[in-house]
Amino acid sequence: MARFAYAPFPYRTPPELSGGRTGPAPMAIVGAGPVGLAAAIDLALHGVKVVILDDNDTVSTGSRAICWSKRSLEIFDRLGIGERMVAKGVTWQVGRLFHRDREIYAFDLLPEQGHKMPAFINLQQYYVEHYLVERCADFPDLIDLRWKNKLIGVARRKDGVVASVETPDGTYDLAADWLIACDGARSRTRELLGLDFAGQVFEDRFLIADVEMTAEFPSERWFWFDPPFHQGQSALLHKQPDHIYRIDLQLGRDADPEEEKKPELVIPRIQAIVGDREFSLDWVSVYTFQCRRLDRFVHDRVIFAGDAAHVVSPFGARGGNGGIQDVDNLAWKLAMVIHGNADAALLASYDEERIRAADENIRHSARATNFMTPKSDMERIFRNAAIELAADHGFARRMVNSGRLSLPCSLAGLSLQTDGPDCAGAAPGLVCPDAPVTGADGRNSYLLDHLGGSFTLLAIGDIEAPSIPGLDIVRVGKRGFADPEGLVAARLGRDVLYLVRPDQHIAARFVASTPEGIAAAFARAIRMNPKRTEAAA
Amino acid sequence: MMVPIDLSTDRLGGRSDDVYAALLHAHEGLDPDASAALNARLILILTNLAGDPDAVIAAIAAAAKR
Repeated sequence: MARFAYAPFPYRTPPELSGGRTGPAPMAIVGAGPVGLAAAIDLALHGVKVVILDDNDTVSTGSRAICWSKRSLEIFDRLGIGERMVAKGVTWQVGRLFHRDREIYAFDLLPEQGHKMPAFINLQQYYVEHYLVERCADFPDLIDLRWKNKLIGVARRKDGVVASVETPDGTYDLAADWLIACDGARSRTRELLGLDFAGQVFEDRFLIADVEMTAEFPSERWFWFDPPFHQGQSALLHKQPDHIYRIDLQLGRDADPEEEKKPELVIPRIQAIVGDREFSLDWVSVYTFQCRRLDRFVHDRVIFAGDAAHVVSPFGARGGNGGIQDVDNLAWKLAMVIHGNADAALLASYDEERIRAADENIRHSARATNFMTPKSDMERIFRNAAIELAADHGFARRMVNSGRLSLPCSLAGLSLQTDGPDCAGAAPGLVCPDAPVTGADGRNSYLLDHLGGSFTLLAIGDIEAPSIPGLDIVRVGKRGFADPEGLVAARLGRDVLYLVRPDQHIAARFVASTPEGIAAAFARAIRMNPKRTEAAA
Repeated sequence: MMVPIDLSTDRLGGRSDDVYAALLHAHEGLDPDASAALNARLILILTNLAGDPDAVIAAIAAAAKR
């Protein structure tokens, strides 16, 4: 099978330098990685014009982010590339943990059927970026993707931002109402604004290699503590499409990153894992890991998302997935503000909700990294005790930590959500659970296919969904979708009404439908003064 | 009737990572003697908390098994 072919994207002289038509852009996005591209598409779906600036002209080199979670796939599906990703990606849900030469336990991430998206797929970041770039081309009037346009200055104005941009044809200024910084862990925007990026640095170095090999390993995540082939360290093996395998090897604190990248050192390490099988090296990198975040993500008209806002160690796949969820949370809020349907105060909830998520991701990934890289003898003793006990004792398996895999953060109790009532189903703050549904025309689809992008009242069973301006209605039951396997009722309850946000999180639920109660929950979910909502209605 | 002693079932309600992190945090910065002493105090406290001499003796045997 052919490997991914890197091809540069064409640079075009921007209109500011070619004498073409220019004007203020509502939105500038810095960085055409997965997060910036996803943000552009989400905003375009809301009808917002976007200029994306990227200092490079290719997709990412090397596989980088490879594990895409169910939640990210649901978001990508809403953006229009989810099915393509699943078709190309390697679907997996089983992880195995080994200590020395024996398996201590296995876990299954999604033993439940009836979800459109699998628990995880592995797909190289360059494919994801490539699909996103192609998807951007579906919005020629809304998305202006500018390669080899490097941000060199940011001036914050009262009602916007002026970005200074360097190109092969010279520099120009781009005025925008808002700027989203999606320019990664070494964010230039963050540096230009002089923002502190505080957190924890881990000293151990890790080797990450993409290896092409025709041998078949199962589509599972394999993690070793102290394996015979790499004594005293940890190792991780993941399968990717095109017969590429990701191998992560802990190297310890004293490893020399330049030396360790040399093929004469890497190849014997890989051979120790894969034995006599033939393989070739596709990409090698040596890392140390950090867990850091900005104090806040919204700085007036400059908003940070993804690695530019927060970085984690990779154990748990919380970097790329966290960034995609930032976009999911941010795009609808910005679109409502830009369209005049909500006040800029709504954006404070992006800080509130995504800082909670970033802290959760940092906590999990820091704990996993601590477990793998004990800092003291006592940490090592406890770590080894937990691993040894895990073979015989279930409780200890819960303590062994090779990464707690990314799950969506609950927004329960935060200011946009309305609490209560206690009943069966999914609580406010959670992502609406998925389930199979059948349309009146007999077509099968999934519940999440019909939610997202707008605020929606989801009525299940015998409950009225009153008509309220700004709210779409989706019904499951008598006058709507059928619930062929009973999984909508099992996961969401019966005779219940949900207010679902454009990011598919549940803002409120009702067992008794009152237009006033629903309108109040909607107003709360967009931080609108209720009186103004009535006036708008 | 003798009930078999179950040492394996998780009873931490999904918060194992919180407990583990608290344990390591308590050891941070301690020298080996101080760490061993902390462990001894903790074991004695948990032994009493278990409130069941047979269970504690079974746990000691399980921990001693290599």
